[in-house]
Amino acid sequence: MQKSIFNIVSNRPLTENVYKMVLQGDTSHITAPGQFVNIQLSGLYLRRPISVCDIEGDKLTIIYKAVGKGTRQMAAMTEGELDILTGLGNGYELSLSGENPVLLGGGVGVPPMYLLAKKLTQQGKKVRVILGFNTKSEVFYEEEFKKLGCSVVVTTVDGSYGHKGFVTDALGNMDYSYFYTCGPEPMLKAVYKASKTSGQFSFEKRMGCGFGACMGCSCKTITGYKRICKEGPVMRKEEVLWED
Amino acid sequence: MGRLSVNLCGIELDNPVIPASGTFGYGYEYAALYDINCLGTFSFKGTTKDPRFGNPTPRIAECTAGMINAVGLQNPGVEKVISEELPKLKKCFHKPVMANVSGFSVEDYAYTCEKLDKEEQVGWLEVNVSCPNVHGGGMSFGTDPKAAAEVTKAVKAVTTKPVIVKLSPNVTDIVSIAKACEDAGADGISLINTMLGMRIDLRTRRPVIANKMGGFSGSAIFPVAVRMVYQVANAVKIPVVGMGGVSSAEDVIEMMLAGATAVEIGAANLVDPYICRDIIEKLPDVIDSYGIQNLYEIIGKVR
Repeated sequence: MQKSIFNIVSNRPLTENVYKMVLQGDTSHITAPGQFVNIQLSGLYLRRPISVCDIEGDKLTIIYKAVGKGTRQMAAMTEGELDILTGLGNGYELSLSGENPVLLGGGVGVPPMYLLAKKLTQQGKKVRVILGFNTKSEVFYEEEFKKLGCSVVVTTVDGSYGHKGFVTDALGNMDYSYFYTCGPEPMLKAVYKASKTSGQFSFEKRMGCGFGACMGCSCKTITGYKRICKEGPVMRKEEVLWED
Repeated sequence: MGRLSVNLCGIELDNPVIPASGTFGYGYEYAALYDINCLGTFSFKGTTKDPRFGNPTPRIAECTAGMINAVGLQNPGVEKVISEELPKLKKCFHKPVMANVSGFSVEDYAYTCEKLDKEEQVGWLEVNVSCPNVHGGGMSFGTDPKAAAEVTKAVKAVTTKPVIVKLSPNVTDIVSIAKACEDAGADGISLINTMLGMRIDLRTRRPVIANKMGGFSGSAIFPVAVRMVYQVANAVKIPVVGMGGVSSAEDVIEMMLAGATAVEIGAANLVDPYICRDIIEKLPDVIDSYGIQNLYEIIGKVR
């Protein structure tokens, strides 16, 4: 973990309320896809945890949905500096991917899949990506994944774009060596049930500090109590214990 | 003695800055960021007799100038704290540490304190009779002078280390509780624990916190804390450790003027993990700017 100041390079909407912000600063503590950063915003007490979408040299890309006070404040920013804690969380373990992993992202669970897809394709893996959204107007980053060389399937719940249904409907007949996923909890549960191989899930919980000090985001797993912000947010299928 | 040093119940602190229990773990998360030996000491995560997972999540809610937590004393239990956490703590922190203890019965408190009393590195026992997030224990001992005194007596009987009783602000008369603890043999009083608070999500109409209510902390509660530290420090002869919303070197000085011998910093660590180090670094210049020679001279010196 490191605290440092980042400059806002750009900040633009990808859909009606999903924004892509590119920041410039010291990215050296971000060591794995699936990690997150924790951003201090003026007038708000707690930092806002946002997953890392991409790093390229000193550029950090985050994609976030403007839903609450913090993310709406971020959406309105065009320039300036942000105080950010980087290198938080464990991130995805790439070594277990096998030769043809599948990546499933739902909504704002899509962004962390991008750096993961980039790293896996760089390793010569044959990466397939399933991106799930509610409707056509919410779709983003399909082209970006294609440019990495991934084969991409988009699903929309209402069928207005791509395959009609959920990410798990597209997963049904695929052959894959391993899976990685991030998205809303009902989707993660569905992937857990539908998946034929082992894999890794990225979880989300309301956090206090984001670096393991406050025990605000604890969860129970097969292998004991874990902190989503520290031992997580990524958990392996074998250790996941659904709370209800 | 340095300009920042103070004496807390017979143990010298290089400075009065103490990260508060529950915001600093057992130290090693922060030791990865900076040398935590710059701290006066720190109060480690609240420890109970048995292991506890704590409350269901969400346990955290954002507030204006603060936050609510309802962690519920998650900890591995005193045996594992001693066998697993303290050895790790010892590697990164070389000063006496403050052991924070909670319980659900008088016997619980005594049991846990007796175990921790045998640990060489434990300098003080901070007895938390004020956790708002557990049922049938914690705060119920700190809202009744008799119960608080009973816990104090039981703990004093099993340790020779200084016992600091940590009080709840969720009472009508904190002075009577502080005095009861002093009469029961407490060596110090620390205050304030968090204030009972609640937030409601407008969309779901449910409490934000799964446990409905939780402890409100952060800079918003600072004036309440200063007031209570002032009241208690004027009523007891034993040292008072002030806490509640402290987040700057100026806040540390204000707490000490109100009567605090040392100052704990809680929620602010969660927002800025370097804050205690930064406050300690700034203190010499800040006390200069107020014409203060030595920090200990200003304890309780509000006019």
